[in-house]
Amino acid sequence: MTTAWQPSPSLPPPASTVGAVGWARSNLFSTWLSSVFTVVLSLVTVYFLWQILDWGIFSADLAGKDQSACDGDGACWVFVKDRFNFFIYGFYPDAEQWRVNVMFFLLAALIFPQFFENAPYKKALGWIFLTVYPVVSGVLLLGGAFGLEFVDTDKWGGLMLTLVLSYVGIVAALPIGILLALGRRSEMPVIRTICVAFIELWRGVPLISVLFMASVMLPLFLPEGTNFNKLLRALIGITMFQSAYMAEVVRGGLQAIPRGQYEAAAALGLGYWRSMWLVILPQALKLVIPGIVNTFIALFKDTTLVLIIGLFEVLGGVQSAIIDPAWQNVAAEGFFFAAFVYWIFCFGMSRYSQALERKLDTGHHR
Amino acid sequence: MKSTPILVAAAAVAALVAGAAQAATLDDVKSKGVLSCGVSTGLPGFSAPDANKNWNGIDVDVCRAIAAAVLGDAGKVKFTPLTAKERFTALQSGEIDVLARNTTWTHTRDTSLGLNFTGVHYYDGQGFLVTKSLGVKSAKELDGAAVCIQAGTTTELNLADYFRFNKMQYKAVVFDTSEQTLAGFEANRCDVLTSDQSQLYALRTKIKNAANTVVLPEVISKEPLGPVVRQGDDQWFNIVKWTLNAMINAEELGVSSKNVDAKKSDKNPAVARLVVGTGDMGKKLGLDNDWAYRILKQVGNYSEIFERNVGSGSPLKISRGLNALWNQGGILYAPPIR
Repeated sequence: MTTAWQPSPSLPPPASTVGAVGWARSNLFSTWLSSVFTVVLSLVTVYFLWQILDWGIFSADLAGKDQSACDGDGACWVFVKDRFNFFIYGFYPDAEQWRVNVMFFLLAALIFPQFFENAPYKKALGWIFLTVYPVVSGVLLLGGAFGLEFVDTDKWGGLMLTLVLSYVGIVAALPIGILLALGRRSEMPVIRTICVAFIELWRGVPLISVLFMASVMLPLFLPEGTNFNKLLRALIGITMFQSAYMAEVVRGGLQAIPRGQYEAAAALGLGYWRSMWLVILPQALKLVIPGIVNTFIALFKDTTLVLIIGLFEVLGGVQSAIIDPAWQNVAAEGFFFAAFVYWIFCFGMSRYSQALERKLDTGHHR
Repeated sequence: MKSTPILVAAAAVAALVAGAAQAATLDDVKSKGVLSCGVSTGLPGFSAPDANKNWNGIDVDVCRAIAAAVLGDAGKVKFTPLTAKERFTALQSGEIDVLARNTTWTHTRDTSLGLNFTGVHYYDGQGFLVTKSLGVKSAKELDGAAVCIQAGTTTELNLADYFRFNKMQYKAVVFDTSEQTLAGFEANRCDVLTSDQSQLYALRTKIKNAANTVVLPEVISKEPLGPVVRQGDDQWFNIVKWTLNAMINAEELGVSSKNVDAKKSDKNPAVARLVVGTGDMGKKLGLDNDWAYRILKQVGNYSEIFERNVGSGSPLKISRGLNALWNQGGILYAPPIR
């Protein structure tokens, strides 16, 4: 009986080249210079991390009600706790805050399934989010109908106002932006000129001056005694500004679609709107998801600018609270809180866009 | 009619129209049932929201007093926070009925903006804050100092005027907000911090070792702050003016929120005119004769609103100074109610 020669099984690689140790050796300690950098940078990182954690957690004060509860060593979270309600709801009356909570809850309930691929009724929930939700929230927040007490917009503030501003900006700017982008590529000269003029006008001015115009100049042009709501003016300004940016992002996607797609759609006998809706836009929008989300994130952070027209969104609320003489040196805590709130929302949007890109990534790999 | 297209546009936004009519602010306020009052976006002692989201401050109390006189309830005020740039437009356009936003009464503002200043409820002025270790007793010794200052304010111009007039040199260290200005001062970026005195006291409460700092006695500018109304409505102008005068007169006559009920039977005719309204004092304003009683009962006299918001009852601890009554060393002087 002959036995075929069998190579003995390979030995595992030396322990020093695999796993965490191996990774560290090849990436962190490959030469003496990189070893030195690794050690020094780790020490610096640990030092700063320790300082931040010590300030924010270990030496921080959370219990208590006022300044006396803060010993001055670490962060004085008592301040944020004390003003938390103001940072979230603004001047919204305490008894009516459940309405804002319902709005928050509906927002979360409608958005959460969008993060998962196989969530039930995902599409339906998405449409509700874009169509029914704004109406329901508007009625809920403003009141004055269905037995709800009327709460004027001057009482709106905090996180709630930030979300209202960015939601309206996002949801209204996307369709307007798409129409403007299509218009800018239209072959009809009047429509094209109007769209180009609109986009270039709004894109050419800073948001801060748009808000300023809406708040200071517009009332002077209106007939005396006509006042329209300051929040509404800000919302219109933000939407116009944002749709101009959105139009350019979408136009980038439209231009990236090969001519053959337009021709194929035409060859199938589809009219302009159907070929756009069924063939061009689904591809174009997919391409520019990062750009669209980037614009959303920028808008979310730009809502802080309404501070200059005297609306108290999260940052405005923080800024008006830290000047309270009852508290000393709480600016860092206030701004940290505001930064954290903005980061959570912006990071959430960024994750959603990545999930969406992965899901829609249908076979452009060769 | 010429302005028809504008009217059509206005009708289109009719659902959003908040207030109407320019002519009679009093009727307008009464029909709305609420006084729209423009305040700052947050200035401690003058107008700032507290932890319970109530607006507090001396400006705020002036608004409350007007509401008490006109509507009978000091709580019926809608506060509109305004930035410095928006404030006059908001008043001109009718968005607010009265502006009480630490606004300095100047010639230009009074004559060219279509507005009227109704009086002064706080005499402010620009001052200097220094550390005691600097060893300076007077602003005249500040030659060559580095001065922390907030950009784009009249304080910048006053400072330049003052140093030029006194033939002194200075180096301006400019910051964007008052918070940053204070941080710069605390980090020794400058020797002196300059701002309106009321603000210096507010900032001083935030300094870690406030006892080591001192506000110099010199006041280098006049900043009379007062409530502002639109021009062309004399009745409303009078109501705001006399609301303020009633509070100042009440202090002079010793009437406060605590004793106003007892004072109703006071023998002094001046007190009776104020509290009971003998001589139809309220009717002459277009109000009822209990107008001043309500102001004093619900808000208090001038001394009370001062001490509560900026004086001994507040963290600011500002002394009355110029804001004391004329017979107590200050310049607060209200015409008599008679």
